[in-house]
Amino acid sequence: MDESRIILAALKSRIGAIEGPKPSPAARFALGSPVLDSPLGGGLPRGRLHELFAAEPDDRAALAGAALMLAMRIGEDAGPRSLLWLRQDGGVRTSGLLYGPGLLELGLDPARLVEIVAPDEAGLLRAAGDAVRCPDVAALLIEPWKSARGFDLTASRRLAIAAEKSGVTVLLLRTEAEPVPSAAYSRWRVRSLASAPLEAGAPGHPVLEMELLRHRGGLAGLRACLEWNRDEHVFQEAPLSGAGLSLPAGRSADAGDPGGEGAREPRGRLSA
Amino acid sequence: MREIRAGRAPASLGAGFPPDAPFALVEKQKGAMRLAAVNRAALELGLAPGLNLADARARLPDLGVADHDRRADALLLEWIADGCDRYTPMVALDPPDGLILDISGCAHLFGGEAGLRADLVERLQRLGLQVASALGDTPDAAHALARHAGDRLEALPVEALQLDQEESVALRRAGLKRIGDLQERPSQILSARFGEEAADRLARVAGGRDIRITPRRAEPALLLERRFAEPIGRTEAALAAIADLAAEAVHRMEESQRGGRRFEAQLFRTDGLVRSLRVETGLPVRDVPLIMRLFDERLEALADPVDPGFGFDLVRLSVPGFEPLAPLQLPLEGGALAEGELAQLLDRLSTRLGRGRVRRLAAQDSHIPEQASLLFPAIETPPAQDWPGPEPGEPPLRPTHLFDPPQPIEVIAGVPDGPPQRFRWRRHLHEVTLAEGPERIAPLWWRRADNGGLARDYYRVEDRHGRRFWLFRHGLYGRETTGPLWYIHGLFA
Repeated sequence: MDESRIILAALKSRIGAIEGPKPSPAARFALGSPVLDSPLGGGLPRGRLHELFAAEPDDRAALAGAALMLAMRIGEDAGPRSLLWLRQDGGVRTSGLLYGPGLLELGLDPARLVEIVAPDEAGLLRAAGDAVRCPDVAALLIEPWKSARGFDLTASRRLAIAAEKSGVTVLLLRTEAEPVPSAAYSRWRVRSLASAPLEAGAPGHPVLEMELLRHRGGLAGLRACLEWNRDEHVFQEAPLSGAGLSLPAGRSADAGDPGGEGAREPRGRLSA
Repeated sequence: MREIRAGRAPASLGAGFPPDAPFALVEKQKGAMRLAAVNRAALELGLAPGLNLADARARLPDLGVADHDRRADALLLEWIADGCDRYTPMVALDPPDGLILDISGCAHLFGGEAGLRADLVERLQRLGLQVASALGDTPDAAHALARHAGDRLEALPVEALQLDQEESVALRRAGLKRIGDLQERPSQILSARFGEEAADRLARVAGGRDIRITPRRAEPALLLERRFAEPIGRTEAALAAIADLAAEAVHRMEESQRGGRRFEAQLFRTDGLVRSLRVETGLPVRDVPLIMRLFDERLEALADPVDPGFGFDLVRLSVPGFEPLAPLQLPLEGGALAEGELAQLLDRLSTRLGRGRVRRLAAQDSHIPEQASLLFPAIETPPAQDWPGPEPGEPPLRPTHLFDPPQPIEVIAGVPDGPPQRFRWRRHLHEVTLAEGPERIAPLWWRRADNGGLARDYYRVEDRHGRRFWLFRHGLYGRETTGPLWYIHGLFA
């Protein structure tokens, strides 16, 4: 009995050495919504690589919004450090230029953001490799265009190791791409959802669905509908509106949330 | 003071023509093809610029002809001027085919004025250029001597004064054919009869009145160079020499507590070609490894790599301007200075990708949406303008991404001036469920000559899948247009 415990402890320590140090609670950033924060143990760790996938090509704006919101959460108590957004020519053509007043309306001071546009994937990877080593950067957003085969396991492992060393949190934004094996700490799927309408049928605050596809800690299938509170810089649970929730494209009504429309239960749930 | 005149460069054109055959460049002038320039062989056979091409062909059926390319000529002249930077920083262009070099104080480095002239002419002739050169006390004197192939100012024709055609003819009619004839007469008489201009030109050409030339580039704050007795054939060796120069520049800047934000390295090849490498930083620096790393980045990013050819015989490092930079002290408890690291990263990326690709956002005072936000190179000092804060509690009213220019969409609206009900963008049909608007944005009619421009009616819309868009109708229905077009201008998170 004792022997097996010793072996187990030895194994654990060996695995722990391979895994690297566990992020302490202080090195985590909370999303602001208990639906996600409590299963995640207080939020996501800083200094790691997190992948965000757009559920569909048209969700690229929601994806960019989610990344900006997460970046704001990362920078919340880290001082006014800079955000770097690495983009590619193709991506700028497809989703447009960054727009200062719009960033401000999300709560981000545009002066903190530096946009870097690489002409091709190789240039993007190289710039990412340089930027991730700069400890002055709070969060690094990397947005390759389409499939971007260069971002494979090796590249992501390199980024992850460099991020752990420098403490830069890396968010990889992928649109029109299939998840491939990677060294990311977590992988999310982002989808835009119908907002709670304001008076006279005006679109309300941005609402997103974030679904955890993969997590180093073993969590998966965590899904939450979140609304961004610009004034307090936190995610909140999306209020259920009488106007009805949107049906994500390509899904039937039966596959939707079993809670139904009127239920005010938390939308986030653990279905692992 | 000297002036050189470069003839046409056979190397840059007519490669198929033998050098001794008559050859001309033609250009369309007043509806006819006329000779714009001829080579020496053609000149000796009696052809001259301005002659009709048909006439020239009639006289010389085997005349070689090519189109005159003024732009290529100007580039060639710039290129030669770059090469002349090795003699003096004061090089001025005298278009279309001349250069003026101010060699005051520089000639002793090349064995006197005659030695410098011989060196320059030899280099240019090696490139296959025909050169006319002259030395003069003032730029205008050198210009006149070179253009009219003389060695004494008195013997030059009055045309060398570069007066108007009428004035020159008037001078000749009065029997004043040479500059020497004018010099004998008092200048008051000259200006009374032929105008102030004639007396002024005479003073500048022959009277020693010195008008400083305007060099092509401003003199740098610091210029260091290294000459090699034997040309060096490897770019790495040239860079090592530049590193030495950078160390010296840094030493000088330390003394005066200054730093540079721009550095230019010039590599002069023995055959006259010059490669310039320019790097720029966001903050003033004086750090040799940093500067050299930027030069390495620049070298790597070059579309055509630096070719040493027959070797470099001169390298030069210049700092165009200084900025104050106090000495830095490392913290006593150890650790590096962190504040500059982001600036260094941005410098490096700007050097590698181009300054326009690393950018920040700045607010602009404009109500036109696409002009309210400016993307400017991060390496530059930000314009000071505060962003207006958003209204608390309001949803985002402006998109995070903006299309510039806006992209046209097909829209179905209930009424012509109502909100859209569905629209087609990039071949996808979007059903609008929520819409807010219109937010009317008037054009800058006061800036336009016709006081026109169409107003835009903006709508914030959300489609069935929860995607939020910023659309506008261009033109007010019924008042400005009967068939307004719709555009998508941005995407919301």
